[in-house]
Amino acid sequence: MIPHPELQAADFTPEPSTDSLEQLSRPSLSYWQDAWIRLKQNTRAIISLYLIIGLAFFTVLGPFLWTKDPSAQDLDQISQAPALPKTALLVSDYEPWTPPNVQGHPAEPAGYPDNLDAVTNFATVGTPNTQSVRFTWSPVQDAGGYSIYRSESKPNGLQGLGLPLETLTAGNIVGFEDRLNLKSQTYFYSIIPTDGLDEFEVVTTLKVTPVQSITVSQALERGLIEASDAPGRSVSLAFHPFGTDYLGRDMLARLMQGARVSLFIGVVAPFIYVLFGVFYGGFAGYLGGKVDQFLMRFADFVVALPFLLFMILFKIGFGIGPGESGVLPMLVALILLLWPSTARLVRGQVLKIREQGYIEAARLLGGKPSYLIARHIIPNTMGVILVTLTFAVPSAIFTEAFLSFIGMGVAPPTPSWGSMCNEGVKTMLSHPHELFFPALFISITVLAFNLLGDGLTEALDSKMRSRE
Amino acid sequence: MLKYTFGRILSGLVTIWFIATATFLAMHAVPGDPLMNEKATTPEIRENLARKYGLDKPIAEQYVIYLGNMVQGDFGISFTQQNRKVNDIIQDHFPVSAALGILAITFAALGGILWGALTALYRNQLPDIIIMFLVILGISVPSFVFAALGQLLLVNINQWFNISFLPVAGWGTFAHMIVPSLVLGLGTMALLTRLMRSSMLEIVNEDFIRTARAKGLSPSRIFFQHQLRNAILPVVTVLGPQIAAITTGGFVVELVFAIPGLGRYFVQAVQQLDYTVIMGTTVFYGAFLVFMVILVDIIYGFIDPRVRLK
Repeated sequence: MIPHPELQAADFTPEPSTDSLEQLSRPSLSYWQDAWIRLKQNTRAIISLYLIIGLAFFTVLGPFLWTKDPSAQDLDQISQAPALPKTALLVSDYEPWTPPNVQGHPAEPAGYPDNLDAVTNFATVGTPNTQSVRFTWSPVQDAGGYSIYRSESKPNGLQGLGLPLETLTAGNIVGFEDRLNLKSQTYFYSIIPTDGLDEFEVVTTLKVTPVQSITVSQALERGLIEASDAPGRSVSLAFHPFGTDYLGRDMLARLMQGARVSLFIGVVAPFIYVLFGVFYGGFAGYLGGKVDQFLMRFADFVVALPFLLFMILFKIGFGIGPGESGVLPMLVALILLLWPSTARLVRGQVLKIREQGYIEAARLLGGKPSYLIARHIIPNTMGVILVTLTFAVPSAIFTEAFLSFIGMGVAPPTPSWGSMCNEGVKTMLSHPHELFFPALFISITVLAFNLLGDGLTEALDSKMRSRE
Repeated sequence: MLKYTFGRILSGLVTIWFIATATFLAMHAVPGDPLMNEKATTPEIRENLARKYGLDKPIAEQYVIYLGNMVQGDFGISFTQQNRKVNDIIQDHFPVSAALGILAITFAALGGILWGALTALYRNQLPDIIIMFLVILGISVPSFVFAALGQLLLVNINQWFNISFLPVAGWGTFAHMIVPSLVLGLGTMALLTRLMRSSMLEIVNEDFIRTARAKGLSPSRIFFQHQLRNAILPVVTVLGPQIAAITTGGFVVELVFAIPGLGRYFVQAVQQLDYTVIMGTTVFYGAFLVFMVILVDIIYGFIDPRVRLK
């Protein structure tokens, strides 16, 4: 028998409180706060997010800051490459010009000459401008005429003279005026004396850079000058930072308006069909059984439809009336065809979550179906839905661009990035900027949404959460 | 396996019926009239034409006739080219699209597997970074831009070197097929590279790789025999849907490179509202795609025994 020790009240001192030990050392984070922190560590995703915000500003606020009318044509600057603001020389309206006629010089040579000298004193008259470039030269002895060529690159002797402009058939007419589609760029004019029939192998070349010019009546018509302004002064032309298209419409303004169309389709269509898919899939997954089987069978059929063919079929099925842009039919066709993928995904998620232990626990604690759906099932599928939505945007933008490119999309004159590419591809060789800018905007948008989607997938993956 | 195959084919047939019905309904919702462009100047001529094409019958009866003809493989006669059968059009133009598509998917699959394996081998090193940058570019740039750029490049190469390196457009020889099919396969190649990379990286962590390494297999044998062969499986799964993407994506390439394929013909038929050609090509394409997906699934069953056992 062990004797009991004598216990005093002092032996029972209370332990210090353990409350402080049980407190969390770091603040508790919700799923979304945690995902946001992980997303912020992903530089590429954050840059993409800023890009998307920038694009949204470009689309929404752009037209208020850059107020140029996207459908106004600037006829002075057609297919203009991106450049700084340009000025033009104000010249008087065109008046016919008579080339100088050298008195006493024979118009036709007496016989056929064996040799002709090259033309000398080949020079311009007045300021060469884009309205007209005028030349004169000294008459060549025994010449019966002159041939004039124009080239955009420097000719090599008699090679590469370029465009034959004119063949004069008199030796005493020593002037010529070029008014053929002149641009403000360097031209090489070549002149060859002839005996009235054949050209001789002597050439004189002159380098001319016409000044951008505008006539008084044109400038008045476009409101660029006052009626009192005299020719000779310079006039500043409309500024097109991104250049103009083949009808002289401002590219920047068109890109902004096109962004409205492209991004409207690209964002609204996925939003609606993902929402529909969530309800459809959630409904099927929650009810289960025969209803689920039937609903999903139907979704499978819709998935099997060849997507682009049916986009085109539905679009013409809805029809585009005169004056309509065709945005709405495309939106409806996208929604009709693309909802099943989200529905399948959400149904799978719901089926998985329904079997999870915490749902069972919540049900045992007396949670009603509506509570379970609202508190547990929907929040837990939100991550997957958000990722789907992010990836759905680029594919919708691609579809719009693709359809507009083959001429089945938005009807002109409504610009969209795809239809702008369609127009730009025709002048790709001579004016690459008309294809480059819309293609660049499509690529940047698609890239930003794809990278953001990648980032979101990683950030919202609950497996990653437990790894830390 | 036989039961599985049979079941898949049966459900495929039901899907084709659904496609045919949806096409029929969509076409009959189209505003306007296929006879609108005809020289149906008087009501009598219109009536005769309507009778000729069976358009005077009630819609349900038209549907039954349409399905009946389709079961017999008869898609009818073109509306705009009145002595040409839709079957003939498909026979003439589909082989062109198919040849282009097969070459494109070959490029895409080989390229995707090769680049994907390379990136996984050189993970986070220079080759990986370069290839993944190109992949992102391939996913983000629309196919028509690639088509235009490809053509531009060809023009320039032919000009600079003053040779006809490869034809810029048209159809006929193998040389005509190379650049269009590369352009067509580029997007898919980018997707497959990404997929291959992630699948390769997943497999590195598998137990059987560790076992292989532990029992002293050479790294190259582990790479080719164990890692690569297993990593290809997910790539094969997406090949079915990707064939669909490539065949329909062929429209743009056919338009840009002036290739007389079925895609270009379809776009033309839509513009002319050539009912029978639109319906015929849609159903034909749909059936083709459905069976392609089934074929890939069955092939998958042969490659991966785990699917067969299920």
